[in-house]
Amino acid sequence: MDALISQLQRQFRDYTISLYQQDFLDDQFTELKKLQDDGSPDFVAEVLSLFFEDCVKLISNMARALDQTTGAVDFSTVGASVHQLKGSSSSVGAKRVKALCVSFKDFCEAQNFEGCVRCLQQVDIEYKTLKTKLQDLFNLEKQIIQAGGIVPQVDIN
Amino acid sequence: MGKEKKQIDGGVSCLRRAEMNMMSVGGMESAPAPLDLEEVHVLAVDDSLVDRIVIERLLRITSCKVTAVDSGWRALEFLGLDNDKASAQLDRLKVDLIITDYCMPGMTGYELLKKIKESSNFREVPVVIMSSENVMTRIDRCLEEGAQDFLLKPVKLADVKRLRSHLATKDVKLSTGNKRKLPEDSDSVTITPPSPSLTISPESSPPLTISPHSSDSSSSLVEMFSSSPIDDDEDEDVLTSSPEESPIRRQKMRSPGLD
Repeated sequence: MDALISQLQRQFRDYTISLYQQDFLDDQFTELKKLQDDGSPDFVAEVLSLFFEDCVKLISNMARALDQTTGAVDFSTVGASVHQLKGSSSSVGAKRVKALCVSFKDFCEAQNFEGCVRCLQQVDIEYKTLKTKLQDLFNLEKQIIQAGGIVPQVDIN
Repeated sequence: MGKEKKQIDGGVSCLRRAEMNMMSVGGMESAPAPLDLEEVHVLAVDDSLVDRIVIERLLRITSCKVTAVDSGWRALEFLGLDNDKASAQLDRLKVDLIITDYCMPGMTGYELLKKIKESSNFREVPVVIMSSENVMTRIDRCLEEGAQDFLLKPVKLADVKRLRSHLATKDVKLSTGNKRKLPEDSDSVTITPPSPSLTISPESSPPLTISPHSSDSSSSLVEMFSSSPIDDDEDEDVLTSSPEESPIRRQKMRSPGLD
């Protein structure tokens, strides 16, 4: 069982590091982990879950606002949703999503329709990718615990 | 309603979510709990659910009681400031700190700050502004209006720990030789006649160590800091212990070096 635990822990460590190295996560995610303890063992997963729900809602708002069939596009409405997404992605450490929101915001301000549409597509892909990766990460955690091990603290530096 | 079982695979347990929603959306639990005068009570205001959850957790982890609301209007409502009549509940309401997002639809954090400072009941309560944007004019404006501090989002545990150390709690006894490590990046300081204390919080500064002390005066007493610039060495500033003597200084950073 120990060999299994070690292997899982190694996988967990490597996977975590790769997520940071590939800019999926930044140190705000590390900050969230500090807020997790035995009393709130699922805090990070719960916050990220809320974040992903936020993504669905906000992206849908953006898509609706960018829909030209209903008339002229209101870029400030799009921008407002982008601003919110930028904020929550920043708060959870979703680095790539946040970076996309920065570009997206610029396109909104420039009233660049094609730019906005492209960003919308990218942000949709990006949050879904992150969601999948984090689910894999949380599953690894679960496996470690179920095997009787503890989830290691990973030093990102 | 809600499932008992918690999911560990990234899903949110309904039970927990119900709890979170209850405290986050309307902001007010069914009826105000019996006041615990020993605990620090913080009113957190943020229109983002994710941010509310995070700030609430940050505050709870630093031993604060938290009421989280989603708008300036709800904050005023909670404080009993939403109409001209004084709230009948006012003598029961104890708020030691108000922490609010700047950018909110409807009423901004700045507008909320002004309203709080205009009220006779709550003007002494320290108000901290949070913002994702590091705009000097915005920071200045909030400080001039009486904000206690300005935090750059995303807010970190060190930021909240530092805030927490500013607040006196009633049950903590005075200890001799209070020492405190001061923020190391205060560039310059102006001393003005007594006014609400201001500290600037850079994006991340070292957690302050302070021997907590008790306060006999109102629960909104705020720790004051000496105004001398600090370098990395341990600061030997001894904090005056009695509430009546709290030095009141204004600190202003010239170049915050934020971000």
